[in-house]
This record gives sequence, structure tokens and C-alpha cells, in this order.
Amino acid sequence: MTTTSNPARTRQITPILSARNLVKRYGHVTALAGADLTLYPGEVLAVIGDNGAGKSSLIKCLSGAVVPDEGEIRVKGKPERFRTPLDARSAGIETVYQHLALAPARDIAANVFLGRELRKPGPLGWGLRMLDRKAMRQETAKILGDLGLLTIQNIGQAVETLSGGQRQGVAVARAAAFGSRVIIMDEPTAALGVKESAKVLNLIAEIRDRGIPVILISHDMPHVFEVADRIHIQRLGRRIACVQKTEITMNDAVSLMTGAQTPPEDHDPETIPERLVRQ
Amino acid sequence: MKSVSSPPTAPAPPRRVGERLVDQPQVPLLGRIQRAMHAHPLLGPTAVLILACIFFTIAVGPRFIEPLNISLILQQVQIIGMVGIAQTLIILTGGIDLSVAAAMVFSTVIAGKLAAEAGTPPLLALLVALLTGAVCGSLNGALVTRFRVPPFIATLGTLSIFTALNLYVSGSQTIKANALPDLLLWPGQTFRVLGAPVTFGSILVLAAFIVVSYILRRTAWGEHIYAVGDNAEGARLSGIRTSRVLMSVYIVAGVICAIAGWLLIGRVGSVSPFSGEGVNLASITAVVIGGTSLFGGRGHVLGTLLGALIIGVFSNGLTLTGVDVLWQVFTTGVLVIVAVGLDQWTRKVAG
Repeated sequence: MTTTSNPARTRQITPILSARNLVKRYGHVTALAGADLTLYPGEVLAVIGDNGAGKSSLIKCLSGAVVPDEGEIRVKGKPERFRTPLDARSAGIETVYQHLALAPARDIAANVFLGRELRKPGPLGWGLRMLDRKAMRQETAKILGDLGLLTIQNIGQAVETLSGGQRQGVAVARAAAFGSRVIIMDEPTAALGVKESAKVLNLIAEIRDRGIPVILISHDMPHVFEVADRIHIQRLGRRIACVQKTEITMNDAVSLMTGAQTPPEDHDPETIPERLVRQ
Repeated sequence: MKSVSSPPTAPAPPRRVGERLVDQPQVPLLGRIQRAMHAHPLLGPTAVLILACIFFTIAVGPRFIEPLNISLILQQVQIIGMVGIAQTLIILTGGIDLSVAAAMVFSTVIAGKLAAEAGTPPLLALLVALLTGAVCGSLNGALVTRFRVPPFIATLGTLSIFTALNLYVSGSQTIKANALPDLLLWPGQTFRVLGAPVTFGSILVLAAFIVVSYILRRTAWGEHIYAVGDNAEGARLSGIRTSRVLMSVYIVAGVICAIAGWLLIGRVGSVSPFSGEGVNLASITAVVIGGTSLFGGRGHVLGTLLGALIIGVFSNGLTLTGVDVLWQVFTTGVLVIVAVGLDQWTRKVAG
């Protein structure tokens, strides 16, 4: 494995999202033991790790679903404290959870706007608090169209009547529509078939091309190597390495993840993604 | 070389814009009914209500459908209907409230005591009664959200607590109509429509159904109630403050129970800690017959209106045909089981 840290490309770029020394304990179990994470603008950062390595806890801290016991989270260099998912959302961080966080009996538009419904303008809105369903449907159709998810024709359809891939599409569309700074995706392809997975990977690339960085948590090495710029390797509640995709093989990544190999002494987990260096 | 003679398979036509993803034209009738009921949950209860009305009009004769009898049915179901609104809100969040009737009666006892014995101005007595309902609801809400007590157990406990407080405050005494101010008896007053007396209470119930239906279908709060009942953790991760939604639902339900108490004073013409018997379970029955799912997140408050009317039509119609009361109870039981069975069946549409 080669993890050459080129001094020419060190940290002149402020990470869009960074976490330092996060600790999270559940009773006697330490899920995070001083975990770090750095996400640069415009990159796809894959987070890989064995079961129990703390991937889920890490992203839950970043998305406000759990509050870390210790450590610091910065958005664009500014310290933030997320107490609820709402706090993370208002900082521009959207998360697509593995179990999607959708309301299955509600329609697609209602799900896309869940928790930030649009009200009608004028007295109907501020007086009678009336929702603007028409606007939400139009907006949803536009969002789905922009992401190439136009096969979902009927915005008024209940989410539970959609296929797994379409549901994933709705969840991703929701994140893409509102995630102004960062989008986190937890195992977005785990429940999908080959074709649907390919579509989701395309969506990730599409979102990155719009300039929004993505954190991708995945078990699927081929997917990780297909779409990621850098790979963050989590082990025993810590980041043990973070490498450019081009500088590591799948086998090495797996042996780092399982502890069969350790990163070299001079490994710098904060190197800037090649995508940014080229620009 | 022989050509295989298989029927030519035409390529599937491309999907048209606006075509539904789920529809397949060759679905058997039963499947189509199932889908229609899934898409339009009010279909079932509406059909049952219409069929029941037709049946009793034939069995009883035209007097069943006369304005006088319809007005009577409305009066008979107004309490169940009003409490049913509160119950619907709770059940939509995935909970259940066994204390609704006790909270209702408790607020009537408070209002009666204040107005009849403490000399409180009637309007103030009424407002304190509504406040009592809110306090009862917030106790339930606090138990469910703060202390994570399952709604069934929390409200089973408060059912006993409110019932005991009823007896304590009232001293197990009934306050007669002549001791009560007109304002508290107002829901029982009538005006004439098509020659039939209609109580203000019945109108109040219908108005409440319209208002709550609007709130549930057209406001963000309503949307959040459905989302919490549908997928509570998902709603929380979507940025909905689920505890706040639940708490507000229990408080609003408490206030609605207190309004039902006001209707009860008007209907019975007195305040008694022993009134409102059977309303608890009847309210749940109305909600379930109305097609609202006991698992939360699905249903419609107008279904509860239909459910309450179905109960009223059956009880009134069976009485008029001279059938023993026990068969009314029997029929209600059958209706509940059929309604829940249908709900389970229609939910299977979602794969």
C-alpha cells in the first residue's frame, strides 16, 4: 500500500465538515473512541469499517441523531453542536438513513417535504395554516425530474406502493433537495438489486457534480471504489486511515479494516482529494 | 430448421406519462376492491352506512328515514362522535386512550360543581371545564412522552384516577338541571329543521368534525400527526419534534373530551359522575369502524363520523324493528371485528 503524503497538497482548503475526537459511549460499550472525520468540498468520502467499528455512531453524531459525549464538530470551520436532527438540517446537512426515515402511508410529496411543509401564501397560509400541496407536488416533480427519477410518475402515490429502489430514490431526492452543504448516505445500496444500485451510485455522482460533498457509508467495496474519492477506514471506534481511492487496493482496504494490516507511520489522513488538486 | 411455433409476444407498451406505477389492468375484482379501499379508506364505512340505511328503511318503513328519526340518531351519537374525534387523534399517532370518557365526565363534574354550588359565572365554569380536559390530556401526554409509558397502560391508569376524582369531587351526587345555568345546558337546546328538532350539540359535533378534518388534511400539524403514527423514528429523524406532537395531541384530545362533556350535560340534562357509561369503548369502536388503523398513521376523522353514525343507525334501527338489545351489542362486536379484518386485508396492498 502506498499512502504518500505529498507536502505540496496539504491543508489550504477548509474542510466543509470535520469531526475531532468524537467519543460516544452506550453504557459499558464505547461506540466511538476519539473518532475523526474530514470532508472536503466536492468530494465523495466513503466510510468503511467492520461491524461495530462505529460507522453508524459516527454518522449519527454528524446528522444530529445522537449527541456525542465528547469531541467537536465543525461546519466550514465553525464549531457546531447538534442536539437534534433539526440542528444538523439547519446547518445544511441532510442524511439518508439506511431505513430511510420515510412515512410509508404518506405520498411522495408529503415525504419529500416532511418536517418542512410549505404553507400557502397570504391569509390562507398564516391565518388558516393551510398547506400548499400543489406547490409541494410541483416542486417534488421537479426535484425527481432533475435527478432523473422521472419513472415515479404519480407524486400522489403512497411511498409504500413503490419498489425498494424507488423508495431509496425518494429519500435521496429529499436529501438532495434540501442538503445545501453535505449529504450523508448510510448503506444506500444495501437493500437494492444491481440495476437499482447503479442508479443510486449515479445519483451520488450527480450530487457531487453539483458541488455538494457526499459521505457514503457502505459495506460494498466495488460500490465504494466506483464512486468514492477518498476512503475513510474506521476501526474500533476510530479512524485508522483515510486514503485516496487511487492509492489503495480493495484487498489492502479490507485488511486495514479488519486489522490484518496497519497504516504506515507517516500516513496523513487529511490529504486533499485528488479531484480538488486537479482543479 | 423448424421454426418454433410460439405465440408472438408483443413488446410491453412504453409507459405513458401520468400512468400509475401500481396499476395493472388485469387485476381480479377482489384485488381492485382491495386497492380502491386502500386508496380511499372512507369507501368501506360509507358503503356500510348506506346499506344499513337502505336495509332499515325497508325493515322499519319510511319512518326510519324521516327527519325526526335522523335528528334522534344524531343526538344519540353526538357524544360518541365528539369523544371519537379525540380518540381518532390519539389512535392516528399509534396510541389509544382509555381515559377519554372519564376525562369527559370529570370535566362535567367540575363545571357542574363550580356553576351550581360555588356560584362561579357559567362561562368561567365552562372554561375551567375545558382547562380540566387539557390538564387530563397533558397528564396522559406527559406519561407517554416523558416517562415512556405505553399509551394503553398510561391511560388505563388515568382512567382509574379520573374516575376516582369524579366520585371524590362530586361526592357521588347528581346535580339536577334546575341547579345548572342555561349555558351548560345549551347543547341540549333545539331548533327546527324541516319540522324536526335539532340540538345545538349535534351541530357542534358536525362542526368539530369539519374543523378537525381540515386540520388533519390541510395543516403541517396534521401531517406530523400522521407521520408520527406511521413511523415515529423516521419522523424524528426527519426533523419532526415527535414528543411535542404527541403532547399537543393528548392536550387537544383532552379539550375535545371536555367539549364532549358539555354536550353530555345538555343531552342528559344533569351532571352525574355515573353518566357517559359505555362511551369509552364506543369511541374506539367508532374510530375502528370508520377505517382508522389501530396501528396509527392511517385513517380519517370523517371515517369516525361515519363509524359513529353506523353505530347509531344499527342501534336505532334494531330498536325500531323490535330486536332485543343484546343483538345490538352483538352487531357492534361483529362490525368491529369485520372492520379490523378489512383494515389488515387492505394494508396488504403495500408490498
